[in-house]
Amino acid sequence: MLKNLCQKMFGRSLWVYHANSGGCNGCDIEVLNVLTPYYDVERFGIKLVGSPRHADVMLCQGPAMRATATALRRAYEAMPSPKLVFAIGSCACGGGIWHDSYSVLGPVEKVVPVNYYIPGCPPRPEAIIYGVAVALGIVDKKTAPVEFKQAEFPIPRYHPDELHREKDMIVYERQEKV
Amino acid sequence: MSLFSKIEETLVCLKAGRVTLPYPAEARPVPEKFRGRPIFDASKCIGCAGCANNCPSREILVFDVCQEIRILKYLGRRCTYCGRCADVCPEKAITMSHEFENATNNIGDLQQKLEIFMSTCQRCGRCFDEPSVMEKLKMTGYRFDELENDRWVFRSRAYLENEPPEGDIKIELD
Repeated sequence: MLKNLCQKMFGRSLWVYHANSGGCNGCDIEVLNVLTPYYDVERFGIKLVGSPRHADVMLCQGPAMRATATALRRAYEAMPSPKLVFAIGSCACGGGIWHDSYSVLGPVEKVVPVNYYIPGCPPRPEAIIYGVAVALGIVDKKTAPVEFKQAEFPIPRYHPDELHREKDMIVYERQEKV
Repeated sequence: MSLFSKIEETLVCLKAGRVTLPYPAEARPVPEKFRGRPIFDASKCIGCAGCANNCPSREILVFDVCQEIRILKYLGRRCTYCGRCADVCPEKAITMSHEFENATNNIGDLQQKLEIFMSTCQRCGRCFDEPSVMEKLKMTGYRFDELENDRWVFRSRAYLENEPPEGDIKIELD
C-alpha cells in the first residue's frame, strides 16, 4: 500500500534535501557522488535543493546527536507534507559505532519517522540509487530476515537398556544421532 | 583567446565521451575486496562467540537458552562492515559477501539468527573445559531429565543463580 501511495505521490521529480546531524561526512560524499555525471541521478529527476521547504525527501546522515536533534526535527517539520525520510548509513540506521557515547541519542528514527533505511558505512552510490528505486517501486527489496537451526529438538536420549551382547562385542541397537 | 579556451574545453569534453553508468539497468561489478553484508554459515559455526566479542558496534548478540542451545543474533542495524567478525572466526563461518543492495523499509529485515547446537558431554554435561573439574561437579541442579519428551536438558548457569539448590546429582560409574 505504501508503495502504491509512493508511486502516486512521488511519481514525478523528487527533490532531496540532505541533512547531516553529526555524521563523519562519508555519507555526504557518497550522496554527492550520486549527483556527479557518473551516477547521474538527475536523469530520474532527482535534484538536490538547499532548503527543506522545497524538498520532498530528506536524506538523513549521521546519528541523532544531543546538539542537533532539535534542528533535525525542525528541518523535518519545515518540509511540505507528502514527505519521505531516508536514513543513509549505519549511523542513521542504528546509531553507528559510537552509539553508546554520551552525545549520541541513537538512530535517527528516535527524532524523525524514517521510511527507508540504506545501511552501509558508507553505502555505495549504487546502494543509495537502489534505495530510491525501492522507494519508487521500480525494484523489489532483496533483504529478508534469515534464521538457521543446527539441530531440531527433541534430541533422542541414550538408552542403556538397548545395549546387548552379541558374540564378542556390545551392540547398541538404536542408531539415532544424538 | 577566450574562444580558444572554449574550443579546448569542448575537445576535452568530447574526448571523455559518455561516462554515466547505466546503474539500475545493469550493475557494475564490485571491487574484489569489497566488504558487503556478512553471511553467517550455520553449518560451520561452533558457537565460540568470538565475533560477538570483537564486534566494535556490538551488533552480534549471544543468548544461552539452555546448556545445549545458543542463539546468535546479528542485527545489522549499525554494522559498519569492518569484517572483524570474519577475521576472528576460527571456522571461517562468516564471509563478507558482495551484497550491498540492502535498502529496506523495515530495519528488522537485516537480521540473521542462528540457533547453534552446543554438543555436551553425555556424562558431565559440559561444553568447554572449566577451570576446575571438581568445582563444576559440585554444582547442584546441573541437569534435569524431561522424561515425557524423552530427552535431557542441561541448565545453563544463568538460571542457576537465583534458584534454590536441588538435590545433588549422582553420576553413575560403570
